[in-house]
Amino acid sequence: MTATSFPYLTTLVLLPAVGAGVVALIPRKTVASWFHEAVGVAVTVLTLAVAAAVLFAFKSGTGAYQMVSTHVWATGLGIHWSVGIDGISLFLVVLTAVLFPLTMLGARVRRDPRSFVAWVLLLESACMGSFVSLDLILFFLFFELTLVPSYFLIGGWGYARRGYAAIKFFVYTFAGSAFLLVGIVSIAFIHKSQTGVLTFALPPLMHTHLSGTEGVLLFLAFTAAFAVKAPIFPFHTWSPDAYSESPTAAAILLVAVMAKLGTYGIIRFDLNLFPQASRTLAPVLLTLAVIGITYGALVACAQRDLKRLLAYSSLAQIGFIALGTFALNSQGLSGGVLQMVNHGLVIATLFILVGWIYERRKTWQIGSLKGLQSPAPVLAGVFTVAMLASIGVPGLNGFVGEFLILIGTFVAHRWWAVAATAGVVIAAVYLLWGYQQVFHGEPAEVDSTTRDLSLNERLIVAPLIVLIVLLGVFPKPVLDRITPSVNRLVVHVDTVTHTPIPAGLRERPLVAVKAPCMLNGVQVSCSVVDSASPGAPATTKGASK
Amino acid sequence: MNALLAASAAPTIHVPHIDYLSILPMLIMLGGALLLMLVSSLFRRVMDARAGTYAAATVSLAALVAALVQWDHVATHGPSVTIAGAIAFDGFDVFIQITVSIAVLLTALIGDGYLRREGIDGPEYQVLAMVSASGAMMMGAANDLIVVFLGLEILSIALYVLAAFNHRRAESGEAALKYFVLGGFSSAVFLYGIALTYGATGTTNLPQIADYLARHVIVHNGVLLAGLGLLLVGFAFKIAAVPFHLWSPDVYEGSPSPIAGFMAAVAKAGAFAALLRVFVTSFPTVQSDWRPVVWMLALLSLVFGAVVALTQRDVKRMMAYSSINHVGFILLGVEAVSARGVSASLYYLFTYTFLVIGTFAIISVVAGPGDTRSKITDYRGLAKRQPLLALSFAVLLLGQAGAPFTTGFLAKLGVIEASVADQGYGLAVVAMASAAVAAFFYLRLAVTMFSPVGDRGDAVDDTFGDDGQAPVGPAAPAGTAVSGDGVADLQVLTDAPPSAEVEERGAVPVPALTAVAIGLCVGFTVVFGIIPGPILNFAHQATLLLLLR
Repeated sequence: MTATSFPYLTTLVLLPAVGAGVVALIPRKTVASWFHEAVGVAVTVLTLAVAAAVLFAFKSGTGAYQMVSTHVWATGLGIHWSVGIDGISLFLVVLTAVLFPLTMLGARVRRDPRSFVAWVLLLESACMGSFVSLDLILFFLFFELTLVPSYFLIGGWGYARRGYAAIKFFVYTFAGSAFLLVGIVSIAFIHKSQTGVLTFALPPLMHTHLSGTEGVLLFLAFTAAFAVKAPIFPFHTWSPDAYSESPTAAAILLVAVMAKLGTYGIIRFDLNLFPQASRTLAPVLLTLAVIGITYGALVACAQRDLKRLLAYSSLAQIGFIALGTFALNSQGLSGGVLQMVNHGLVIATLFILVGWIYERRKTWQIGSLKGLQSPAPVLAGVFTVAMLASIGVPGLNGFVGEFLILIGTFVAHRWWAVAATAGVVIAAVYLLWGYQQVFHGEPAEVDSTTRDLSLNERLIVAPLIVLIVLLGVFPKPVLDRITPSVNRLVVHVDTVTHTPIPAGLRERPLVAVKAPCMLNGVQVSCSVVDSASPGAPATTKGASK
Repeated sequence: MNALLAASAAPTIHVPHIDYLSILPMLIMLGGALLLMLVSSLFRRVMDARAGTYAAATVSLAALVAALVQWDHVATHGPSVTIAGAIAFDGFDVFIQITVSIAVLLTALIGDGYLRREGIDGPEYQVLAMVSASGAMMMGAANDLIVVFLGLEILSIALYVLAAFNHRRAESGEAALKYFVLGGFSSAVFLYGIALTYGATGTTNLPQIADYLARHVIVHNGVLLAGLGLLLVGFAFKIAAVPFHLWSPDVYEGSPSPIAGFMAAVAKAGAFAALLRVFVTSFPTVQSDWRPVVWMLALLSLVFGAVVALTQRDVKRMMAYSSINHVGFILLGVEAVSARGVSASLYYLFTYTFLVIGTFAIISVVAGPGDTRSKITDYRGLAKRQPLLALSFAVLLLGQAGAPFTTGFLAKLGVIEASVADQGYGLAVVAMASAAVAAFFYLRLAVTMFSPVGDRGDAVDDTFGDDGQAPVGPAAPAGTAVSGDGVADLQVLTDAPPSAEVEERGAVPVPALTAVAIGLCVGFTVVFGIIPGPILNFAHQATLLLLLR
């Protein structure tokens, strides 16, 4: 609970929804078509302001949920309107708030902007709601609600095979959710049989006693939904179709924000509710993550279409996030959470740019684009930065996240980390290869007239590039806020699974100590290993509370 | 009369005490129907459809008020039985009275537009709907198997006629005949089930049956099980659970659209009410014998309803299969054999009434003169022609799919909770998976409405496919253009505005009363999806006030 009584989070959720309603109610005929878009942008900017207020009101140094507000919503069914935020969800909320206005500006549509804006706003509301819900049913409601606008966005404004893509997307994710809902209700009733109270609130349910089998089954039920949404390796088949047939805006939001719902769900719900099962099944998930990283990277190499290339690269990146998550230690998880934000920023930038390339050239085929660098140097430059961040070049944000993930995994599961590192190398191959094909070389006649980024477009990508660089060189403020919550989670998992809790995991975590060292490039790796020992005396041992 | 009989020393007939309040909505509904028929026969001229509508609306409102008075009475005085134990007067009963009254009100409003469009005068439509509804009400109140049967027959016979109501369509007659033959057969099966149950337990009174079964262990219970099985078949036929569903797609397709909605709501409410009361409150002691059967019915209905609906090209047939899927969900609540299950089933029935009647109201409107246009393709471009109608339809479809923040989601959540509370994980997973399949065909219909005429959605040579990304419309002022400097003029050429498409058909007129009914259904679905407390409590209270034993 914070001192402030202003319901920041509820506002954050409801504001876009109200905006969607307003936009839908403004008649189409009486105002110019841009008016709806202007209202939409205004609403998203206002939401961004609220998110910024949340960011400033957020107290760093504590891992507990903040700004919690709880209201009874449906007594008979035990559902509460319960929202709260911690270090894990904070930056995802901010990421969502940043990406929506930029998406709305950077990927406009021509046909029926009113409905488009209304759906996008509803999607923002649903994403925000998912990230801040502390009640399982409330989370499920928002998690499901994201499907409806995205389905209409793909189906209504997508490309040639949009009908197929939208339906495939919907059916896959909805089928996953079927298991999730039954899992949620099951754990609530197991909890009820133990305590006599029917509740869907996350904090009490964390203390449900589950037998080994129950835990594993419920874990699988939850993970089914999250793995499809993310998507994690064998559940990914909907995603290349959905991403490539989506209109640019929906593609950005699907991959940059909604994909995070899956990985966020794993961290928030799987690890909190089923620590034992998470630990038991971690090798399985790690293996899937590694397969995803390698498979995504290899298939991306074979793509001839920029959008599909990005879709598969995204599969590899999600694999990294899953890898860090199931390392189940402070570095891995912090890296995973950070990488969610990083990947969101980078992939959004890349999709916006690819959308703009399509606007100019009406193609995504790598083979039909050549030498765009000379007619469009700024476009090429921005693309380079985002691409390098995606590869994980030091100094850009992708490096910090991937690095933490690999360290965390290396400590816990050495060989998986080694295998995953190969993925980093392949990522460099396909991204550089794609870049080379599209931007380098002698432009053909049709290429040489390609327009460079206009001022407006530059202004749209500027914040993204700034954030990519900023997070690369100075991630400390972000990690300072992420790590306490991550440590709290790790302690919870370790306590339940009776794993000895590493010294120095409580208040001043080693990642936070280490973070400034990131600047120093080469010395990073040794300073991390060293910092584990100085970190230890700083805190007390009694971690298992 | 008593004195007379006593005086003549003949065997005396004891006339039981009748608590008229307990059957007041039923009496109003039946009496109103008879009065309406009588009054209309007094005039030489055929009664105007509008007059019949107003009469039916008034009668159903009166029945609703009477049911609310009943609610108050039950809430303060507790449940009771009356008329020699034949009628139960409890929260469960009143809940069904309220549901059915509302269904009749909505159907009357929707029927008005239909009757005027088709040029059918006379009060028969409304009269039959009211008579049928009184049967459903009787099933809700029945505390005796014989009364259940009476209610079932009153409900069904009026529905047979209603199914044939559109005598200008051959399908309507065919539907009615099919419904009549199979319905008559199932009634016979049901009646035989009553006879066998009577043979096994010596009574047809539900509490006495429960009492008998609780006190006695029937060693050779073949007769009882046969009776139970036949009763279940009779019910399964009425609610159209797989494999006793074969009549329903044909009947839904052939019947007038408003009647199909009425059938889906009222016949289900009545039959499920009786099913719940008979099985959950009277045969709980032998639940190990009948629960697996209900489990199987639920499973088949869930899967079959959802999967077959996928292949339908006719919206009414699709809704028939979708309603089979919904039956599977409600059976989940029955199968749980718990107060939570009953409460969840009641909530489901109540909210489904609004969803399905609203849906069929829109189907009726879109079907146009002759009630024939109900192919999925007839819905193409509806959003462009009539945005509000399309939006209402989308909300109702999403509600049926169980989308968040509609009553449909809470209804599904309720039965899933009931099932899981009883460790029915497998069925719960199947149910949700079937909901995923069902969501697919609901959404396909919704997207059809929102896609322009002549656009096939996933066609390769899609006109809108390649310019959906256009940064600025031609109408956008230069000041707001984000990036459209040089390409705007190029894109104007490729842009084929939707208005240029050939409009296959104009807007369909939405009669005012139908619009009111649709508005009520949509409003209910959304408002109580966001503020679920009142209706959930209502269903919960009704279950608490259920007369057990």
